[in-house]
Amino acid sequence: MLGAILALGTLLALLAPPASAATATCSPSPETACLSGTIRTAAGEPAVGVEISVTGPEETTAVTGADGRWAAEVTTGGEYAVAVDEATLPAGETLRNPADNPRTVVVTLGSSAGALFPLGEPAAPSPPADGGTDAPSEPAPGTGGGEPGLDTPTQGGSTGSSITWERVAQQALAGIVFGTLLALASVGLSLIFGTTGLSNFAHAEMVTLGGLAAFVFVQVVGLPLIPAAILAVAVGALAGWVQDAGMWKPLRKRRVGLTQQLIVTIGLAITAQYVFQFFFGGGSLRIVTANPTTVNLGPVFLTTQSLVGLVVGVLVLGAVAYFLVGTRTGRATRAVSDNPALAAASGIAVDRIIRLVWTVGGALAALGGVFLGLYFNATAWNMGATILLLMFAAVTLGGLGTAFGALVGSLVIGLVVELSNLVIPSDMRYAGALVILILVLLLRPQGILGRAERIG
Amino acid sequence: MDFERILTTVAGELFAPTTAAYALAAIGLNIHFGLTGLLNFGQAGFMLLGAYGFAVSTIAGFPIWAALLVAVACSTVFALVLGIPTLKLRGDYLAIVTIAAAEIVRIVGRSTALTDVTGASSGLRGDSYKETFHSLSPFGDGSSTIGPFTYSNSFSNSWWLRVVAWVVVALACLLVWRLMRSPWGRVLKGIREDEDAVRSLGKNVYAYKMQALVLGGVIGSIAGILYVLPRAVQPDSMGRPMTFWVWTILLLGGAATVFGPVLGSMLFWSVLMLIRVVGRDVIPSSVMSTAQIEQFGWIVVGVTLMLLVIFRPQGILGDKKELAINVR
Repeated sequence: MLGAILALGTLLALLAPPASAATATCSPSPETACLSGTIRTAAGEPAVGVEISVTGPEETTAVTGADGRWAAEVTTGGEYAVAVDEATLPAGETLRNPADNPRTVVVTLGSSAGALFPLGEPAAPSPPADGGTDAPSEPAPGTGGGEPGLDTPTQGGSTGSSITWERVAQQALAGIVFGTLLALASVGLSLIFGTTGLSNFAHAEMVTLGGLAAFVFVQVVGLPLIPAAILAVAVGALAGWVQDAGMWKPLRKRRVGLTQQLIVTIGLAITAQYVFQFFFGGGSLRIVTANPTTVNLGPVFLTTQSLVGLVVGVLVLGAVAYFLVGTRTGRATRAVSDNPALAAASGIAVDRIIRLVWTVGGALAALGGVFLGLYFNATAWNMGATILLLMFAAVTLGGLGTAFGALVGSLVIGLVVELSNLVIPSDMRYAGALVILILVLLLRPQGILGRAERIG
Repeated sequence: MDFERILTTVAGELFAPTTAAYALAAIGLNIHFGLTGLLNFGQAGFMLLGAYGFAVSTIAGFPIWAALLVAVACSTVFALVLGIPTLKLRGDYLAIVTIAAAEIVRIVGRSTALTDVTGASSGLRGDSYKETFHSLSPFGDGSSTIGPFTYSNSFSNSWWLRVVAWVVVALACLLVWRLMRSPWGRVLKGIREDEDAVRSLGKNVYAYKMQALVLGGVIGSIAGILYVLPRAVQPDSMGRPMTFWVWTILLLGGAATVFGPVLGSMLFWSVLMLIRVVGRDVIPSSVMSTAQIEQFGWIVVGVTLMLLVIFRPQGILGDKKELAINVR
């Protein structure tokens, strides 16, 4: 479960240029070579005091410092075996790839060779760590994936095995659940695009905000899940309202171009992601620590949380649909979506509608975030970011700017993601959805429900 | 606080290979965005493809020139595949397609299905593909000290790599400077300002956009090679954030300028390093851990990007009249 998060943690560590090694204790000279690395815990904190032994043409040892770095100097080139003494790892930490310990490193004089030992839960298919530590539970069966991460292989989905009707039904059900949750998250994205023309790359951060708010209310404040979810939705609505009032309306007033605004959303997304990481760290956070129970529905099964998510999602989306079709304000929203200038001329308060769309969009994104956090079994600073492109794929597929398009598109994307598990390796399943996105743009750029408009 | 060490570390960033690689990637993006107005949010995809193309073919035994050609060919094909469906559509479609395509490259590259070729998520070790580049070095073995800076002569994060990287950056600047004054470059600027006007003059806008996309992408792939030469090919370090840093660098220095990307990259990395080094010295770890100082640095980057785009979209060197960022 921590694998994805850890991978992102290492990513950050790698983004830091190597020159940042202000505390490097070994620099290669023509006669010497260095072996070095940094060991971080699954949460991304430096692992201090880990002993490393280097054997080969020469033998030496090293210990990681306060920043998790270790370095060893040798004066002979050749192949060395670098081993981590697992007994010295911080409590509760295990090597992610136990098979890689010891690992062989080729050393050339005058250069540095790195040996990285990622910590975290052993990668599939090794059995999950048992014992008294807070061993993360197995992903919920039937959710088709455990982690908030684009990149995580599904531990449950075994791709190699044969395709049976049960598996197809199971994956299709998982796809419908995932699609519904995706729809909750992306309706706001579509409506915001429709009413303002803005492609909001920071929309996913509102999803993350929902998940993290639920985590705070349940685990820190100690509320039961349902009031916590309601409060998280309120936080999301507030975030949408504040964003529009504090930022997007002033920008529209300044007549800042849409492309500029798009880049502003990227800046906002970066800021929000690292703010989340600043306060919550790089690890994954479980909203509910109890293991989910499952419900059998004929040949297929679901976790209770997924089932609740599905039912609430369908009800909320139904309410949104009724609002758009059956109420005056909803009709006004669609009018603004169609043609803001004409809507303004017919007496619709366009700015009020846009404010409403931001607020509702934020609330729905947060609700989606809460349920996705439950569906993935954990939330994290990048939960939204990993599904951002799936949201864009869903919205584009359905037709940019049409609310119902986002629903249809999300269901299709959810099904594609989960069903593609049957035929391609599960760590590539998100790529399938992105390929569909590109194909849609190639063949039918207006999407399933969009109107053809002359472009380019 | 040790001012000398801080200054040395920060100054070292000014001419580090990473800085050069990002400057070069931003020069490529400048051809897309600054000259032609294309919203390419997949520059990291071009860089990753370049890195994979170079590393994988070198490991397969190709000489360095052939490996370079493979990298260039990969990015050319990638640009064509991206450009054919999207260059006729509105600008923000290209944005979504490029960002998705870059993500596809990364997901496929890190997939366990390709472990034999790309090394999956642990990537390709630097030693496995650096040899051809090292062996070209005229500087020999050992390391040299110039002023306060000590680097190895030829290996990895070396003087040799620094010289090559900055010569490439200088050549790319020269190319952009010539292009901006050529008839071809004027057509690109015309497309950026008013596509329909250029079309009505009988120019094939689609073809020009495609040429710009390929050229900028090829420059991006070379930047990717420079980026991985001092380290390993790590797909996860070349994802969406990398694209966003390249954008920040371009907009910081100034789009549609010759030296904007270079200045932007130098400022970006040295200020980031300054925040980290000073933060580590000044802020006690009980207030902010090392990881948090790093995250604080990225928060500063995000806020800077927002403020830049709102208040000074032309960047440091740009001319506001020259560049009107706007979607078409």
